[in-house]
Amino acid sequence: MALSETIKNRLEKMRHQFPTEQALLIPALHFVQEEKKFISGESIKEIAEYLHLPLAKVREVVTFYTMFNQKPVGKVHLQVCTNVSCWLNGSPELLSCIEKRLGIDCGETTKDGRYTLSEVECLAACGTAPAIQVNEDYYEGLNVERLTKLLDDLDTQLAAGKKDIGCASREEFKIGV
Amino acid sequence: MSDLVITKNIHEKDSFKIENYLKHDGYKASARVCTTLTPDQVIDEVKKSNLRGRGGAGFPTGMKWSFMPKDSSKTKYLVCNADEGEPGTFKDRLIITRNPHAMIEGMIIASYAIGAHVGYVYIRGEFFREARMLEFAISEARANGHLGKNLYGTQHSFDIYVYRGAGAYICGEETALLNSLEGKRGEPRLKPPFPAQVGAFGMPSCVNNVETFAAVPYIITEGAQKFAAMGTEKSGGTRLYGVSGHIERPGVYELPLTISIRELINHCGGVRGGKKLKAVIPGGASAPMLSAEDIDVKMDFDSLMKAGSMAGSGGVIVIDETVCIVEMACILLKFYEHESCGQCSQCREGSHWLAQLFQRIENGGGTMADLDTIASLCGNMAGQTICAFADAVTGPALSSVRKFRAEFEQHIHQKCCPFKKDHKHIGHKASSVQGVPGVTHV
Repeated sequence: MALSETIKNRLEKMRHQFPTEQALLIPALHFVQEEKKFISGESIKEIAEYLHLPLAKVREVVTFYTMFNQKPVGKVHLQVCTNVSCWLNGSPELLSCIEKRLGIDCGETTKDGRYTLSEVECLAACGTAPAIQVNEDYYEGLNVERLTKLLDDLDTQLAAGKKDIGCASREEFKIGV
Repeated sequence: MSDLVITKNIHEKDSFKIENYLKHDGYKASARVCTTLTPDQVIDEVKKSNLRGRGGAGFPTGMKWSFMPKDSSKTKYLVCNADEGEPGTFKDRLIITRNPHAMIEGMIIASYAIGAHVGYVYIRGEFFREARMLEFAISEARANGHLGKNLYGTQHSFDIYVYRGAGAYICGEETALLNSLEGKRGEPRLKPPFPAQVGAFGMPSCVNNVETFAAVPYIITEGAQKFAAMGTEKSGGTRLYGVSGHIERPGVYELPLTISIRELINHCGGVRGGKKLKAVIPGGASAPMLSAEDIDVKMDFDSLMKAGSMAGSGGVIVIDETVCIVEMACILLKFYEHESCGQCSQCREGSHWLAQLFQRIENGGGTMADLDTIASLCGNMAGQTICAFADAVTGPALSSVRKFRAEFEQHIHQKCCPFKKDHKHIGHKASSVQGVPGVTHV
């Protein structure tokens, strides 16, 4: 299987921006993850082939950057910032609230494949701490009550089979690749 | 109260849109620069303004631009550092979402000054929405003739592309950023050669922070002297302070560099809930922390350095009396342990050992000798590595012990954390450091 036509088109649109083909590697990984939620060994091969790069060059980049998931994640990826400003403002409570509700530890995915919970470093939302990132979207100024509402809402969206949960800005700003 | 350089109009509706920016004479500075000034005149003006880099290092911007080779036939690149990863820093996000055209106009002016025709904005990967807003703003600028070929009827051409990072703190370091931009691991490079000689794709490159670029149109419009007069003798302009933590009104504030920490805290409504102040981290996580007694220091680069800390990225974290400094230092050191790129042994091993040592003390298993080990470990890290990351790790490590030694000793003597918590942090990182192997033989 090869990279999807959508991904190829997006990469070709960017090609003129850079003097080297390798510069397209990180965009390619982002595009694949957007489609498949994680970077599989298969995807690594496809990207390496498409960009004429040795497999190792792709693999070493995938493993360097924390945003690239190396195993499948749930439909909703909850990423709780636990760095200093969020910690001072109650991120540990948010984390244990989610852990209790979903019955999983940090780094795990629920058995039904709906949620993955991760702990992340500073999201640059310190002024509105504590913050969590749900797939692409930020939710800021949370407390346990607001978080519970958010999780209820996410449950509803999942039950309704909504696509692209937590990706509001895709529709908001449609310009670009 | 001095004039506002960057945030003057950000409270207006849709302040990020180009029509709003144009309404306030936006893109007039870039047009004037391209049509009436020489590149050297632009660099001179920025030098005279005393603008210093707002990313963390505080390097004079005009001087950085003047390092770019003048008579080279090589392609040159301009790069905007929008990685904003320093914990406690969130000001660039405000510029990107509220006043992106100031940054774009600053980049146009810089590109003319250094002779670059391509610019990249390296934005952190988590900023999905911000990256899309930036693409939107760039497309607006292009549609209005401010980016593209033959700008303002001159020979100068310039375009900007957005490049998304993927969650590595180290990519805020400029040479790590350049490697990342080339599609590689974000590992910092040995210097020299500096980016002005060998930068992006092996070509001369200039990297500046979002806020630095956003200040440039004002300097051109209002004049270098006015900008310089706002600041201190060696550092011009205002600064964006991101104030967070235990503060009554957290947020981004544009204020003079001459403000003291005490004045800044009061400006933001004081410590939250009227509690007593314990500590302040004045310039992002890497800046050595200060205690409540130190807060009359002014926030400019030189004053903070004299006080043993640094102005860094302008992220001010306010910490009240209820916080256990040892536990907070653990949080910070776990961050550095996680983010060390691993190239240099001192940093890779040192940040790990420090995280373990601090956790051991927090857990009640520390000894007095551990405090000496922390100091010697830090001495073997700072200044010994390819980039300044190792120095950054020692910031919170050394300052927490120096400023709050009694609290560390209390943990050691009582064999527990004296700050009782009603919640227990049970995340992965916390559970993985219960045992402390590898530290005893330091």
